[in-house]
Amino acid sequence: MRAALTVLVLACAAAAAQAAGYVPLEGGRFESVLPQGNVPTASVPVDIAPFALRETPVTVAEFEAFLAAHPEWRRDRVPSLLADAHYLSDWTAPAKASAPARSPVVNVSWHAARAYCASEGARLPTWLEWEYAAAADETRRDARADPAWRRRILAWYERTTPDPLPEVGGAPNAWGVRDMHGLVWEWVDDFNALFIAGDSRTQGDPDILKFCGAGAISVIDRDSYAVLMRIALLSSLGGADTTSNLGFRCAKSL
Amino acid sequence: MMNNPMSRSVRALALAAGLAAPLLVAAAPKATAAEPATLPVVHATLTSPPHVPPATGRKQPAKVIVDLEVVEKEMPISEGVTYTFWTFGGTVPGSFIRVRQGDTVEFHLKNHPRSKMPHNIDLHGVTGPGGGAASSFTAPGHESQFTFKALNEGIYVYHCATAPVGMHVANGMYGLILVEPPEGLPKVDHEYYVMQGDFYTTGKYREKGLQPFDMEKAIDERPTYVLFNGAEGALTGDKAMTASTGETVRIFVGNGGPNLVSSFHVIGAIFDQVRFEGGTMVQKNVQTTLIPSGGAAIVTFTAKVPGSYVLVDHSIFRAFNKGALAILKVDGKEDKRIYSGKELDAVYLGDRAAPNMESVAQATRSAAAGTLTVDDQVNAGKSLFAGTCSVCHQADGKGLPGVFPPLAKSDFLAADVTRALRAVLHGLTGKVTVNGQEYDSVMPPMTQLNDDEIANILTYVLNSWGNSGGSISKEDVKKQRAIAPAAKVAAH
Repeated sequence: MRAALTVLVLACAAAAAQAAGYVPLEGGRFESVLPQGNVPTASVPVDIAPFALRETPVTVAEFEAFLAAHPEWRRDRVPSLLADAHYLSDWTAPAKASAPARSPVVNVSWHAARAYCASEGARLPTWLEWEYAAAADETRRDARADPAWRRRILAWYERTTPDPLPEVGGAPNAWGVRDMHGLVWEWVDDFNALFIAGDSRTQGDPDILKFCGAGAISVIDRDSYAVLMRIALLSSLGGADTTSNLGFRCAKSL
Repeated sequence: MMNNPMSRSVRALALAAGLAAPLLVAAAPKATAAEPATLPVVHATLTSPPHVPPATGRKQPAKVIVDLEVVEKEMPISEGVTYTFWTFGGTVPGSFIRVRQGDTVEFHLKNHPRSKMPHNIDLHGVTGPGGGAASSFTAPGHESQFTFKALNEGIYVYHCATAPVGMHVANGMYGLILVEPPEGLPKVDHEYYVMQGDFYTTGKYREKGLQPFDMEKAIDERPTYVLFNGAEGALTGDKAMTASTGETVRIFVGNGGPNLVSSFHVIGAIFDQVRFEGGTMVQKNVQTTLIPSGGAAIVTFTAKVPGSYVLVDHSIFRAFNKGALAILKVDGKEDKRIYSGKELDAVYLGDRAAPNMESVAQATRSAAAGTLTVDDQVNAGKSLFAGTCSVCHQADGKGLPGVFPPLAKSDFLAADVTRALRAVLHGLTGKVTVNGQEYDSVMPPMTQLNDDEIANILTYVLNSWGNSGGSISKEDVKKQRAIAPAAKVAAH
């Protein structure tokens, strides 16, 4: 009983410590790897409005605290429409996680992630916001042209998922945001609009190009395969789906 | 999973397949003529390389359920070197699938929950857009299902087609599916499954540790490794394939790529038959067969002579510098009629065998014109001596004491020139004493030399190194050649 209480206190403390962890990002012109204009093969820079992004992905302890306040999102209570059978399946009990408290929470559905963010007065970031924040390395806001930086990102894809996942809190990037790469995949609010065709070689089909922006031909910078793979993962999912290395972080409009 | 948009397309595909069925009957009457109203349900036996599932043994089509799991895992790629492979069934190449022409295949693609990436499968044996790829796009911890009819017999590659396709293939996501003809394949003693692939690591060949994928090398088509069955040593040593003499061997050979075309060859064997490109045509007596990236072939041959047979990509630097080697060990009785083993271990003259042909040509011209001088003979003989005789008797004619007798200031030579001439023509075996030293070895007959050449060589020897001088004519040689050698040599 005392142990459980201690865990709860620690969890709350961790949640409190993270609650203020939003980092403001200046807006700016940004060239996404996905075409943003009417022409699927041409790059059209877009303006990103200022926003704030969670410094780290949501942790296991934070999500545990969320479930205590919103038990309707426990795996034994959530409607199957909103979360698949894997939802929080790695937890020892519906309200008790087994993973280290400061590891990023995974096996969460998009619906659950949205609910969590709402509980923090926030929302999921859009893909463009996420990509904008993730373009930075430790010193540059847009390091994407640097092959060494790309290789570093790709290195994570080359490793199998460690068990348990490492804790959040990697080195901050130029915006002060942590763990954008090298820890977990992350939900974005508009993941369902990022269509990559299930068969990535169908780019020649004009219909699909028109409304799906499919595959590599519609990715403006073909060397951005690291980002391409992230888009591929997100586009393979439905809103109730979960995976053992997919977490999330929240954003706020400024 | 009901929310997964893919399940809708699976249903749509299944529906489309159902509607298309009558057309298929018309297109392939042989395979479907006797098809019962409800097909027996069979679960496909999948095997890891180099093993091949047993023949289906069926005379009728069936509904075959294939369960294939995608697993991302770190495995050895070479001694002390590991790589994060993405696999169909936990191996590279992926599990071997065997069905029969006319079968209806219900395919379940499962992506392991610990996977990082979504994956799908394009089977070249599938008739339909993407070969199943769009219907099988599967997130980690999920499963997709689609159904196809195996319309065409043959050996087909399957692979992952998720973006970036090249990287998924480069990480090992390919395998083979065999669609047997309705009557099955002829019986053989052994069936094996071998698949080539090229791999791209940031470290050098055999650089130790976990090696990440190198996209730039992959785009440039500069592989670090070219391998059979996904690792150096996957098919050597204790893991070599085996057969016995007199047995027939069938190898299903695929090439996953992603980039290279394979010049597949088995050192020391000739393929009796090759179903090249996996098609229906059979080519016979083939030394090396091309296996395109994303293609396969069926090769068969009979093991006749025991020993280790080396499978290579005969673009040969790949074999010896990038790992494209595998072994088939054949045991059993030697058959000397087919292969003798080493019969000769002799001195090879190498570049010393190439004489200065100009002096020889000059002597030939002079002889034809009737103006041959001793000098012509000596010059020609010097070149010929350097090529033929100097290996043993040495360029200075001094021989090697106790081994090869000297020709310089030779009392043996001075005593009887004809005896020396006969030694060149017919060889000399047994004890001789030269300049006071005894020699007991074998000089082989120089049957490759013609009369002119022997005359010139001997003239050169007589006029060199303090010998007595004089000359030997081709008529002298001709005369001695006509006289049979002594009985001792003839009996030898």
